[in-house]
Amino acid sequence: MLELKNLGKVFNEGTVNENRAINNINIKVEQGEFITIIGSNGAGKSTLFNLISGSYGPSEGTVFLRGDDVTNQPEHIRARHIGRIYQNTMLGTASNMTLEDNMMICSRKGFKGLKISLNRSRREFFREKLKELDMGLENRLKDNVGLFSGGQRQALTLLMMVLSEPDLVLLDEHTAALDPKNADLVLGLTVKFIKDFNLTSMMITHNMDHAIKYGSRLLMMDRGEVILDVKGEEKKNLTIPELVERFHIIRKRDFANDEALLSD
Amino acid sequence: MTEIFGIILIEGLIYGIMALGVFISFRILDFPDLTVDGSFPLGAAVMAACLLAGIPFIPAFMLTFAAGSLAGVATALFHNKLKIPGLLAGILTMTILYSINLRIQKFSPNISFLRVETLFDKIHSIMKGMMGSTWSVLILLVLVTFVIKTLLDLFFHTDMGLTLGAMGDNEQMVIAQGVNPHIMKMIGIGVSNGLVALSGAFAAQYQGQADVNLGRGVVIMGLASVMIGEFLIRSNRISLLTLRVLLGSVAFRGIMFLARNLTFLSLRPSDLQLIYGLSIVLLLLLTGRKQKKNKRSV
Repeated sequence: MLELKNLGKVFNEGTVNENRAINNINIKVEQGEFITIIGSNGAGKSTLFNLISGSYGPSEGTVFLRGDDVTNQPEHIRARHIGRIYQNTMLGTASNMTLEDNMMICSRKGFKGLKISLNRSRREFFREKLKELDMGLENRLKDNVGLFSGGQRQALTLLMMVLSEPDLVLLDEHTAALDPKNADLVLGLTVKFIKDFNLTSMMITHNMDHAIKYGSRLLMMDRGEVILDVKGEEKKNLTIPELVERFHIIRKRDFANDEALLSD
Repeated sequence: MTEIFGIILIEGLIYGIMALGVFISFRILDFPDLTVDGSFPLGAAVMAACLLAGIPFIPAFMLTFAAGSLAGVATALFHNKLKIPGLLAGILTMTILYSINLRIQKFSPNISFLRVETLFDKIHSIMKGMMGSTWSVLILLVLVTFVIKTLLDLFFHTDMGLTLGAMGDNEQMVIAQGVNPHIMKMIGIGVSNGLVALSGAFAAQYQGQADVNLGRGVVIMGLASVMIGEFLIRSNRISLLTLRVLLGSVAFRGIMFLARNLTFLSLRPSDLQLIYGLSIVLLLLLTGRKQKKNKRSV
């Protein structure tokens, strides 16, 4: 599905601010895998997502998506296969537009023509899908999305992303900006959708508990490198103390000092 | 007295077409496009050339729209390809258009329509005996703006129109849907300036001349109209959004008419630009007070 070869990214190359964010990453993501990614602030998690989605190009290395070399493909072309959700709940929707307009825009990926697709049967379809969220949104099709709460917006973004049938899902701490109750709700929906639609997904999280509990494979990143990659039975039996211990062995640094990694 | 209302409505509708263009660039795309000051006289110049060449009205208006759209596409290209801010891209096209407009007008800064039949002359001669020229012109313009407004409303209900609507709001979301934001901007700014050029063609015919300086301050007038409209109606429905732009334009013309006729101010025609500018300042102060939380100002 996705393959990263010798991927590297250096910011401000050749200046005093030179900063290597990603260093020689090689990963192969198989169809149907659900990968959780942990790592402290500045480990390069979001940069990795930006390289995969094409927000910026790598300094070296290659990105293969569905077997094609997409390293130099612009972001909007690649986006036809990728569904990405950000931490900022404002980024997934247009807040000055109505719920139904938002859902219509996100219904189908690719160039939009001069067809009026938003009709009664489409609205009925949207209403049906919104009912699955169980947030009462099915009665608010004509309301601007800006009026919704962060949790509602993120759940909606998730639903729209799933309906557009992406080949690869990138979740960039998409529950981190929500209150605990809504975070649980959105995470629950995420796991349900990923399972129901058998979506190939990568999820960045700060919560080690979630990283262990969910998904079929776990990546730990530090200073631009993937330092741990576990899957299958080995992942199922992981515990937080064990993760911390393994970090210590690999990096000869103390994991506990890294407050960003402490789970709640 | 009723004649005066007729004139205010006529001017409001003519400039309202331009204000619709400004609404698309400034509000829907969140792209402060100053091309308008150049594409307005461009429309007048192209219309003048068409009338002098004896081209019938319908193809003449289509050519006008196409010329304005091209100017808009140029601005979008400057912005997309040279990676310069929209403001600068617009100023660039506006500057270039000054020379181009003079070329279209065969190097004369002013072309009089005295010797050709304008659309308004024609309507007047058809309706002669039934009603005065002001009213026949007004009816024609109501029809024209209604058609343009309806077409725009329909466009913004299409998949492409909806996506365009999201551009100013959240460009990242448009990209995430696999849509090229550069193309969206080209379409939006193109349609916007096409409308502005149409408005310029109507304005020139109404005034009986095409003048290369016709565009001075037009974008400010358009913006003022859009902002007045926002005072009048609050809505998220596109049909009401376009309607309020037209109403705002008529209201702006009315206010300008009052300002001109306050004799104790002893205003001169050359003071108009001052009034346009001050009206924007006043509107910004008023809207700023009304919605302090909203970070978008212009």
